[in-house]
Amino acid sequence: MSTLERSTEQKQAEWYANPAGGRSEQPAGPPEPLENAAAQVPVRMSAEGLTVRYGVSTFGIRDVTMALYDRKVTALIGPSGCGKSTFLRALNRMHDLGRDIEVTGDAFLDGESIYAPGVDPVVVRRRVGMVFQKPTPFPTKSIYENVCAGLRLVGMRKRSLLDEAVEKALTSAALWDEVKDRLRSPGGSLSGGQQQRLCIARALAVEPEVLLMDEPTSSLDPNATMRIEQLITQLKRQVTIVIVTHNMQQARRVSDYTAFFYLGEMVEQADTHELFTAPKESRTQEYLHGTFS
Amino acid sequence: MTLRTRYLRDRTIEVALVLLTLLVVVPLFIIILYVIMNGFSALNFSFFTEELGSPARAMQGRPTGLMHSIIGTIVIDLVALVMAVPFGIATGIMMSEYQEHPFAPVARLMTSTLNGMPAVLMGLLAYALVVKNTGGFSALAGSVALAFVMVPIIARTTESVLRVTPWNLREAGLSLGLPRWKVTTALVLPAARAGVVTGILIAFARAAGEAAPLLLTSFGNNYLSFNLTQPMDTLPQRLYSLAISPYKQWHAMGWGGAIILLLFVMVTFFVGRLVIRKLEKESHA
Repeated sequence: MSTLERSTEQKQAEWYANPAGGRSEQPAGPPEPLENAAAQVPVRMSAEGLTVRYGVSTFGIRDVTMALYDRKVTALIGPSGCGKSTFLRALNRMHDLGRDIEVTGDAFLDGESIYAPGVDPVVVRRRVGMVFQKPTPFPTKSIYENVCAGLRLVGMRKRSLLDEAVEKALTSAALWDEVKDRLRSPGGSLSGGQQQRLCIARALAVEPEVLLMDEPTSSLDPNATMRIEQLITQLKRQVTIVIVTHNMQQARRVSDYTAFFYLGEMVEQADTHELFTAPKESRTQEYLHGTFS
Repeated sequence: MTLRTRYLRDRTIEVALVLLTLLVVVPLFIIILYVIMNGFSALNFSFFTEELGSPARAMQGRPTGLMHSIIGTIVIDLVALVMAVPFGIATGIMMSEYQEHPFAPVARLMTSTLNGMPAVLMGLLAYALVVKNTGGFSALAGSVALAFVMVPIIARTTESVLRVTPWNLREAGLSLGLPRWKVTTALVLPAARAGVVTGILIAFARAAGEAAPLLLTSFGNNYLSFNLTQPMDTLPQRLYSLAISPYKQWHAMGWGGAIILLLFVMVTFFVGRLVIRKLEKESHA
């Protein structure tokens, strides 16, 4: 028991000391300003003047303009109620079903508006996947069915293709080894951390280009959190990731860029290292130093 | 507040709850006991194997029974269920999953109204719709009337169980790029299926006990019939006819029929509960 604990702690310590990928890949020397970085890294998604209103006068987010870079991790931080999740959900048109929610401004995926008339939100969501705060395995479905739900429900029937897709997605989500012998057991039988990785696998199975993660580790223990963070640094080779987090250490560990939201506005977006060490805006500074929360 | 007064208050409320529950249970128990006491003597072998026939059979002590009513009840109720379930579930889905649709509030108002409407009006409606147009009383008309009784109940329970299904289940499905109808039918409905089945059972049991909608529709029949286009007998409506008949022997048979009707509803619920428990185990495992 104690050996196991120590090894877990060790792993965690190693990971926290040197999160693979992320930081070490950064060029040495002073952090580059975002403008320069933008010149090198293609933009996958962007928002222009994106505004979400709840009811007539309550703003979820107001006039947010920012870019999400291809195969990079962008973290959204800020106090509760600042609009991080609202912004995230606007990126795959999740607000469409809400009553009395009005989205104005625009968001672009590969340069094309996702809010233009005639754009099917279903197609947008297929390309922009989402992982939620609470793991949400489909209750009546097995692990296997959970992962291929997206594919099967839109008509992929061929067994061999499904098998392949399920293995690939579960492997990408670092869950395959743990569940390969019990693909038929219910998704709800897994632990919380495994359920969250199952949800990630489910999102990956439809091969999205962008993955939105809404506080994906806030209901998980430190060990499961570490695994998800490791996973994020691996996944960014394939997909563009946007992650909302309350944990600023997590933002530092996993993200390449960070955006600070406050009172519905995007205050500042910068290279993560730069934002945390030398924020330009005084509000960012105050938040990072805990002057307000 | 001292600990003692808190304790006393807790006990008082508990005792009040027990007393009020007894007030509900005791009359029900008395009804069941009374029905059994009056009807048990009428239950013999021929009760389950013979048709009612003319009053003379009972008067002269020849074998007579309610076999045709039992079969008729099962037939009419099942046909009604088959008709009501798709409409009820669809309406429930409309009211819960498509709340922004202009039709949803209309459906909600209509189901509430139908739910509170006297059942005899459902019979009149089926009379106007089916009996008038087909030119005669029929089992099918009875089924339509009972379906009118079932639909609002199924719709209402489906709506409420779908509403308590976690919202994040829908979002998880939508975020995979599934269209809304797929999310509803393949994810939300299966997750709520135990509740939907409960609603169907409640509707079935309620309709199984209704006599009023059947008086003007399936009408009744002293003999066994399987023809849906002809009058057919049912237990509730037969109980009514036996009770208002002038024959003492038929009164006793009515009590016997009441026992069978009670058993029918109880067995329905018992089997239903087994099914629901199995469904719940599957969805929560």
